[in-house]
Amino acid sequence: MRTTFSAIAFSLLPLLGAAQTKLPSVTLQTMDGKKVDTRTWTNKGKPIIVNFWATWCAPCKRELTAIAEKYEEWQAATGVKLIAVSIDDARSMARVAPYVNGQDWDYEVYLDPNGDLKRALNVNNVPHTFLLNGAGEIVYQHNNYEPGDENELYKKVLELTGKK
Amino acid sequence: MCRPSRVKRGLAVVLPLSLLLPALAQEGGQLHGNFSTDVQYYNEDSAIGAVVPDQRLGANAWANLIYTHGNFELGGRFESYEPALVGYPAGQQYTGSGVGYRYAKFKQEDLEITVGNFFEQFGQGMIFRSYEERYLGVDNSMDGFQLKYRPYRGVYVKGVFGRQRFGFDDGTVKGVGIVRGLDTEVSLSELLDSAWTCSSNLIIGGSFVSKYQEDRDPLLELPENVGAWALRANLTTPRWNLYTEYAYKINDPNGKNGFIYKPGQALLVNATYSVKGFGASVGAHTFDNMFYQSDRAAPTPFDLNINFLPPLTKQHTYNLPATLYPYATQPNGEVSTQGEVFRKWKKGTALGGKYGTKLAVNYSVAYSLETTQLGAVDDTTQRLGYTTQFFLPGDRMYFQDFNIELRKKVSETWELALTYLNLVYDIDIIQGKPGKPLVYADIVILEGLHNFTDRNSLRFELQYLRSKQDQGNWVTGVAEFTFSPHWFIAAQDQYNYGGSVDVEPTHYPIGSVGYIRGGNRFQMNYGRQRAGIFCVGGVCRQVPAANGLALSITSTF
Repeated sequence: MRTTFSAIAFSLLPLLGAAQTKLPSVTLQTMDGKKVDTRTWTNKGKPIIVNFWATWCAPCKRELTAIAEKYEEWQAATGVKLIAVSIDDARSMARVAPYVNGQDWDYEVYLDPNGDLKRALNVNNVPHTFLLNGAGEIVYQHNNYEPGDENELYKKVLELTGKK
Repeated sequence: MCRPSRVKRGLAVVLPLSLLLPALAQEGGQLHGNFSTDVQYYNEDSAIGAVVPDQRLGANAWANLIYTHGNFELGGRFESYEPALVGYPAGQQYTGSGVGYRYAKFKQEDLEITVGNFFEQFGQGMIFRSYEERYLGVDNSMDGFQLKYRPYRGVYVKGVFGRQRFGFDDGTVKGVGIVRGLDTEVSLSELLDSAWTCSSNLIIGGSFVSKYQEDRDPLLELPENVGAWALRANLTTPRWNLYTEYAYKINDPNGKNGFIYKPGQALLVNATYSVKGFGASVGAHTFDNMFYQSDRAAPTPFDLNINFLPPLTKQHTYNLPATLYPYATQPNGEVSTQGEVFRKWKKGTALGGKYGTKLAVNYSVAYSLETTQLGAVDDTTQRLGYTTQFFLPGDRMYFQDFNIELRKKVSETWELALTYLNLVYDIDIIQGKPGKPLVYADIVILEGLHNFTDRNSLRFELQYLRSKQDQGNWVTGVAEFTFSPHWFIAAQDQYNYGGSVDVEPTHYPIGSVGYIRGGNRFQMNYGRQRAGIFCVGGVCRQVPAANGLALSITSTF
């Protein structure tokens, strides 16, 4: 057993530093039940933030609320778009649309009830945020949320758009 | 012994992979994955009834690897439980280390084929859902093959075939039953394209699932093939979303229903309405004899579930309501309903004030199903067990939750949230503690967030629970300092002092420190963890009391 585990560890070694750069092609649902492939996600060459969250995740909601206050400003300055991927399952996915509207959020929201995109992007737990550049490549990611992390994220967006 | 042992077989997979994958990665493909581990060192602590295992150090670890190249994808997960944490997993034992999941996938425009392990669900999962909640130790992944095909725009077909994961012993242990299923969904606005001129959409779907298990019962003649079907419809407009699904399962005598020959059925309806700043939902469902496991003798309710019956109650995030009295679905019989409203008053309005105000109100209630027992099991009753009037609630209330939350930013640097909950909880049924009286509890929670600077903040929670039953009164305090983007330090104490209930007053202090960098997270906790219920999604696991040091690492690469 120990040998197996060290073999695993060794097999991982050459990979350290190698991160995923392309967004995988996965089918998600919109809040009105339509199927959308992640390949169709575009923002006219501007960066995209992909944020994994759930209605039962308190830090996720803090993060999306904090960004919501600055979102208009971010969009005006950089053209960035935030895509919020809810991993709520059958228990709570019906609550997503009323919750999102009840918060007055302007994000593009998708449902991933089967965890397909979550698995394809190797997300362990929520919140987990990815930043995609204008070419759709993953250039930054962050797990967890602490108040102020949104400023760090925005700094990366500014770097991408050459505003800083 | 000519057969290679599991360990050697594991190596046979791992070693070539470790040599092959980096080479492949340079050929234009991509290799990525994640790693996570939970390690705990257990101390003796008789005051809280902490369980100290023979092996005082427990460790769970997982590593996923995915290789993608064009239309192809290969993936696998190594798992290690040497030994598993106490109380983990929810169902069958996990022991040893090995490969717990592996698959190959081919994906084209309209076609996707997976061989090996996969997760899938039909509709809301009432007759089929294979999924994983790693932190609960729930994993009923299929091992077999899966096909997804879109023969025409707006038409989606899925087929699954295989056996389910049961436990883990140096590799996945599979259940005996075979599961096969077919699902079709039609989205009218996509199908009719420009001929569909309304802003609404109607999606209809149907599925059929069947399980096969040999009948070896010396007395009863059991159905070896148990079929279940479900129909669903979803009507959406820009403001409304109406969803309903009905499921039927033929007679399936099993260990969970007392080997009765009654068929099972389930109905779920849900309606939501939302516009900017306001959202509301109402839902109801009923389940009757809907345990559906691929082994009729599955040892626990967590093993080999083919379907998933979601509880229709809010999943709380604050510690006391989330872990003391959470609801769990009763698949043998339940009628429940839920209503919820979210409202945001914009800044600058009378109720919104300078920074806006948010309100959430939620009510849910679950009852037993009204049944008439047919009496002694003999030929006249045909072992049907009971009769029932569909959707008619019984006398016994299992659960009721009324909660209201007000959240307001009060200044540039302060945000406050006030929550009140009123719970009624049938601890006998939900937690299986026979004879214990119904628990009535009131909970009040104040949460505050103060930003000292752009990067440093303090968040606190004060929680108070009052009850004259079970363990009586509790107070909890949480303080969390965060130093964005890398560090946090937190302290929490839960104090059970009983009040009108006679309990030994007990403190459960715990301290944590965490470091986050990009996709990597390290966290260390030290202190007392009280026994409680830990839930993710719709499933909960009992966590025993523990005292000690815990380390958790997660990494995405």
